[in-house]
Amino acid sequence: MRNSSKLSRVLIYIGLIFWMFINLFPVYWMFTFSLKNNAEIFGDNVIGLPKHWLWSNYTSALGTGNMPKYFLNSAIVATATIIITLAVALMATFALTRLIWKRRKTLNKFFMLGLTIPIHASIVPVYVTLSKLNMLNTYWALIIPYSAFSLAMAILVCTGFMNEIPRELDESACIDGCSVWGIFLRIIVPLMKPAVATVGIYTFLQCWNELMFANIFISESALRTLPVGVQALSGQYTTNWGPIGAALVLATFPTLLLYIFLSRKIQESFMAGAIKG
Amino acid sequence: MGVPPPLKEWENRIMNKLYSRKIHIIVFLLPALILFCGVLIAPIGASGYFSLFDWNGLGEKTFLGFANYRELFTSDEIGFLKALGNSLLLAVFSVFLQLPLALGLALTLGKKIKGERLFLSVYFMPVLISTVVIGQLWLKIYNPDYGILNVFLRSIGLEKWTRIWLGTKQTALGAVFVPTLWQYVGYHMLLLYAGVKSVPPELREAAMLDGASDRQVNRYIVLPYIKPIIRISVIFAVTGSLKSFDLIYVLTNGGPLHATEVPSTLMINMLFLRNRYGMGSTIAVMLIILCFGFALLISAIFREED
Repeated sequence: MRNSSKLSRVLIYIGLIFWMFINLFPVYWMFTFSLKNNAEIFGDNVIGLPKHWLWSNYTSALGTGNMPKYFLNSAIVATATIIITLAVALMATFALTRLIWKRRKTLNKFFMLGLTIPIHASIVPVYVTLSKLNMLNTYWALIIPYSAFSLAMAILVCTGFMNEIPRELDESACIDGCSVWGIFLRIIVPLMKPAVATVGIYTFLQCWNELMFANIFISESALRTLPVGVQALSGQYTTNWGPIGAALVLATFPTLLLYIFLSRKIQESFMAGAIKG
Repeated sequence: MGVPPPLKEWENRIMNKLYSRKIHIIVFLLPALILFCGVLIAPIGASGYFSLFDWNGLGEKTFLGFANYRELFTSDEIGFLKALGNSLLLAVFSVFLQLPLALGLALTLGKKIKGERLFLSVYFMPVLISTVVIGQLWLKIYNPDYGILNVFLRSIGLEKWTRIWLGTKQTALGAVFVPTLWQYVGYHMLLLYAGVKSVPPELREAAMLDGASDRQVNRYIVLPYIKPIIRISVIFAVTGSLKSFDLIYVLTNGGPLHATEVPSTLMINMLFLRNRYGMGSTIAVMLIILCFGFALLISAIFREED
């Protein structure tokens, strides 16, 4: 009995480690081939660590392919989206949890529809509208749709946190003569930091990796975000793998760095977006 | 606290008055409503409207009624049913392969195993990597000449198993499914793991005291407890498969010879290669209907089981 349970433990660990390997190997391979020359990648040294660490792959990825520009574009779009999403969601949540009116619950459910609506629903009408307003190939062409699609999740998370804030705080602020805006900005918002972090992280990751909108609404090379840029870059340098690998690593680096420091918070933000959807 | 009741009531009344002012309600809600209705709700209606027309996006629209829908389902040239079939096949793999794997991992990690955090974090990592990066990476893995898959097969003497994985009709669909399923195992695992962790320890201990084995605890305590989360996971797996786009776009863009076409790639081709905005909208509407339909159906099946 003891032996068999020991055996099953060992088997479980073998399975877990094997699955860990399956998850890590492609990423490991990406890191190594980003530092190799073609001769190593294509035959001499396919899976080993690089023999000659070819950092020049990174300089050529950064130099030739607009990579810094793509980075900046992604950062601008993500930052603006996070700010707008949070501002709009916090205000809406305040109205949905604090202010007193009849159809609060119904409207909350209405916003939650956003969790299920696929982005496909918007593509044609939003594309047509953006092109009529001459807004294709601007940052706004991405910031506005991204904010709209992040809103439902943001309101869901903010509602949970805002309900936890005791109403006595509002009352005493009100007696002290605070206006509604005063209560909102000085009492409620500062207490919403955990929600802000959760929504911010989740929204950042969504924007950083989004492909479909970014691909359609932006055609000008100088305004591309990272996913589209990396895609275009790989199309241009099909035979020279090293710099492509470097570009892939550069695009992944910020998210992985964030993940190393904030893994728990990131995992929480993904759970918050799903549970009770 | 310390405030006499009448004063308390008075405070309450002032606050209720402040919080019931219509102007505040409108100002606080307006930005969200405009954004939400403008980008999500109105476009559903607009897509439905466009789907009734023949339209190239610029010129005059010609009203067709439901002709686009008829054509979508009957035309072999468009091949919507084939594309839908592909995404449903992906859904089947997702529900019967990806989810059981995710559930197995979640159950294993959920019982306080050494290194739990490390395993969990590594398994979830692929979810965070951009699908373009993952797609490019797998393009290299599948590369017929230098990709590690064929290199590996050659090195162990299975030369005749090597394939042009993404360029052959027979293997392309499978080759596209593998990374798609691989990337999101961690996501489902995380949801299910959160569920497993939320099972009250007393329930587990009580069952253990009664002499239940690990397997029995999972079967009779944990699984029924996390059923709502399993339901969400199934819904995400199915609707996610119906909507799948990114990886397929990067890996094959629906080719070779439409072997890996899914509704989303078809839609993008209709819109931006053929300028058929009416037909593109028709596919969008079908996707919305299918996503909501399947979500309701799956919920109903889970309710039936109770």
